[in-house]
Amino acid sequence: MTSRRAALLAVIAPLVLAGCQLPSFGAYHGITKGGTQSYELWQGFSVIAAVVGGGTFLLILWAALRYRRRGDTIPRQTQYNVPLEVIYTIVPILIVIGLFAATVVVENQVLSEPTPKATVNITAFQWGWKFVYPGENVVVIGQTTQNPTMVVPEGVNVKMNLVSSDVVHGFYVPALNFSRFAQPGLNNTFTFNFDKTGTFKGQCTQLCGLYHSLMYFQLQVVTPTQYRTWLKANALTPAQAAAAAAASANQINAGIPVKPAQTSYGVN
Amino acid sequence: MTDLIERHDIESSDDHGDHGVSHHDHHGPSGLLKWLTSTDHKVIGINYTVTSVLMLILGGALAEIIRAQLVSPTSTLVSFAQYNQLFTMHGSIMIYLFAGPFAFAGLANYMVPLQIGAPDMAFPRLNALSYWLYLGGTISMVLGFFATGGPAAFGWVGYAPLTSAVNAPGVGPDLWIGALMLTGFSAIFSGVNLVATIFYLRAPGMTLFRMPIFTWNMLVTGLLILLAFPVLTAALVMLYCDRHFGTHIFEVQGGGVPILWQHMFWFWGHPEVYILALPFFGMVSEVIPVFSKKPMFGYKGMVFATMTIAALSLGVWAHHMFTTGAVLLPFFSIMSLLIAVPTGIKIFNWIGTMWKGQVEYTSSMLFAIGFVITFLIGGITGIYLASPPLDFFTHDTYFVVAHFHSVVMALVIGAMAGIYFWGPKITGYKLHEGWGKAQFWFLFIGTQVFTFPGYWLGLKGMARRMAVYPNNPSWQTLNDWSTIGAIMIGISTLFFIINLLVSWRKPIPAGDNPWDANALEWFTTSPPPHHNFLSLPPVRSERPTWDYYHPEHPALGHGDHVSGHAEQKVSN
Repeated sequence: MTSRRAALLAVIAPLVLAGCQLPSFGAYHGITKGGTQSYELWQGFSVIAAVVGGGTFLLILWAALRYRRRGDTIPRQTQYNVPLEVIYTIVPILIVIGLFAATVVVENQVLSEPTPKATVNITAFQWGWKFVYPGENVVVIGQTTQNPTMVVPEGVNVKMNLVSSDVVHGFYVPALNFSRFAQPGLNNTFTFNFDKTGTFKGQCTQLCGLYHSLMYFQLQVVTPTQYRTWLKANALTPAQAAAAAAASANQINAGIPVKPAQTSYGVN
Repeated sequence: MTDLIERHDIESSDDHGDHGVSHHDHHGPSGLLKWLTSTDHKVIGINYTVTSVLMLILGGALAEIIRAQLVSPTSTLVSFAQYNQLFTMHGSIMIYLFAGPFAFAGLANYMVPLQIGAPDMAFPRLNALSYWLYLGGTISMVLGFFATGGPAAFGWVGYAPLTSAVNAPGVGPDLWIGALMLTGFSAIFSGVNLVATIFYLRAPGMTLFRMPIFTWNMLVTGLLILLAFPVLTAALVMLYCDRHFGTHIFEVQGGGVPILWQHMFWFWGHPEVYILALPFFGMVSEVIPVFSKKPMFGYKGMVFATMTIAALSLGVWAHHMFTTGAVLLPFFSIMSLLIAVPTGIKIFNWIGTMWKGQVEYTSSMLFAIGFVITFLIGGITGIYLASPPLDFFTHDTYFVVAHFHSVVMALVIGAMAGIYFWGPKITGYKLHEGWGKAQFWFLFIGTQVFTFPGYWLGLKGMARRMAVYPNNPSWQTLNDWSTIGAIMIGISTLFFIINLLVSWRKPIPAGDNPWDANALEWFTTSPPPHHNFLSLPPVRSERPTWDYYHPEHPALGHGDHVSGHAEQKVSN
């Protein structure tokens, strides 16, 4: 077991170490341990993609330009070169095994669910989000133009339970390097430990009907003290909280105008 | 030993029975009636090709409207509802009505019997039925535009329960389901026909490992169709029952399981990716050797790579579902990553074929090289998506959109390689090279200008299927570049249409074998006579036509493929 773990580390260590000096290749740096490791994995994949893809691209160009037609002689009719073919079968297999090993290590970090200190129950609906803080009597609901904000504490394990009350939605915060489907009848859980405070944009990624484009929310990471203060300031009575938490999408939509204010966006 | 085997020696299935040796005075209907009633694989192949290219143009026009909508964060060119309909119909038309039917039923219908020296497909009437089902499906799909409430608007993947009678009421979604069922059965019949034809109607001497790569790929495609399409058709029946007969298969209410749709859809959908791609791999595998004046490098490796891709493709469907939290991530990750290996082998084999060859820059060859480069980009970016942690933040974003558009635009470029290569065989006339090259550069560069901004947009967080992006106005510049690329692709399509008109007005006769090519289709006339061949050369390698005209230049380096004129056993 230890030797296997050592082998995995040997594969991923160069990727992670190299990650410190590498460009971002377009990805977010992540605001959790898993998100940061995903970012480093992204960098590692990008280096290999650049080397393999770039090399292959140059080979294609070279073959097409260097061997352009220069006369009518018929070239040597070579059809096989078995050692060469074996090499370009074996080498990609080895690369793939390396990529897979690194993938598994990062995946285990991203999906690890240590004991949580805080919990948020997320319900996605057409077309908005409901964030329920169980035991705290806090419920945040918002849709389309009234984007809700999910407030979470920094530096502790925050567990999220994600479900949809109607069609499939996608819970996605780009800065987190994470997304997950919100599905009807299927509860999904994941745990974050945020290492950065700030407000981050989130949105629905999975087509969910007419106002899919406007299904935004914000993720606000605050210090644990600020989090406690925020919870106290927004606490409802237990009865109110229970009613809000149980409200169906239809009831929510009955309370808030379904059609977003930005009708100039072409809503018909 | 005679050089030519007389045609009547290999006559196999003849469903008319009223014509003898002289095939030129075939008595059958002419004009419109010929196109409506023919069971000739060449006529059906042309029907398929023309219909599917018209669908390519329609689907492309819808894409231009989508790109026009996205030039500003709060554009009002189309409404939200119209936008959802546009991308649904764009994807559906391109996948169900263009890419597949063009490849496995259009050019394959025409070329596979010719490449194996057969007079027709194994089941000519089933072949005709196949086309008519496809045409029916095409009409159903397009009729959606005229339905009350508009066509389907739940995306080409139609994830349940967005497709339920409550969430997607109206006749538009039903027409979509009907279209998919019809084209699904059409595809299944095409698959049956391809497999039967290739197994049973090969000319004497054409062992499996003397088949051209295109035919090999069509055999594997046919088998994949038979394994994958029935699952989609079954899922559609279940969906229709949910919508109309009160079942709850995909609905939570009543105990159904919405995610079952995703499993069934992608169990078809991922093999479908290779059902679309393998024919185009085959096309460029015909084009590149001919215009390099060399045999296909690593022929047998190529065949095994195709089979490996097909086998793996049946075990990777859930990589489309990594973010559902309901699939075994490591298994589907390693299976998906492994597909890179045989795909890489193919790319290296294409490079090896050009290596030390005489690469001639015909339009067809340019398209083939453009295919390889564009497919390389799509393949490399696909490797990221096979890794679940990376898929988590790229899934359902423009990164994925850009990835699969690199792939499918590579297929469109490959389709053009096939049209410029085989067009002269089908019509007897070459297409104009100048317009062809102009089309190539606009299509190739336009594709990259169109897809590259998408990769960046996806990483910044732009989700798919968004009609507006008011929260992120900074995305506009990249979106505008993408739209410029789409316009270039549109211009390339205009060049293609102009080329067709120019080549029609000023025909350039092609002759039987304009490219000094390899496979049997180039041994007969252009266009071929009814039932295809008056005589056949001996088949001693996968390049019988080349061997016949260049007996002094057989492929080297493999015992079984030494020479077209060495003593050989004739397998019968």
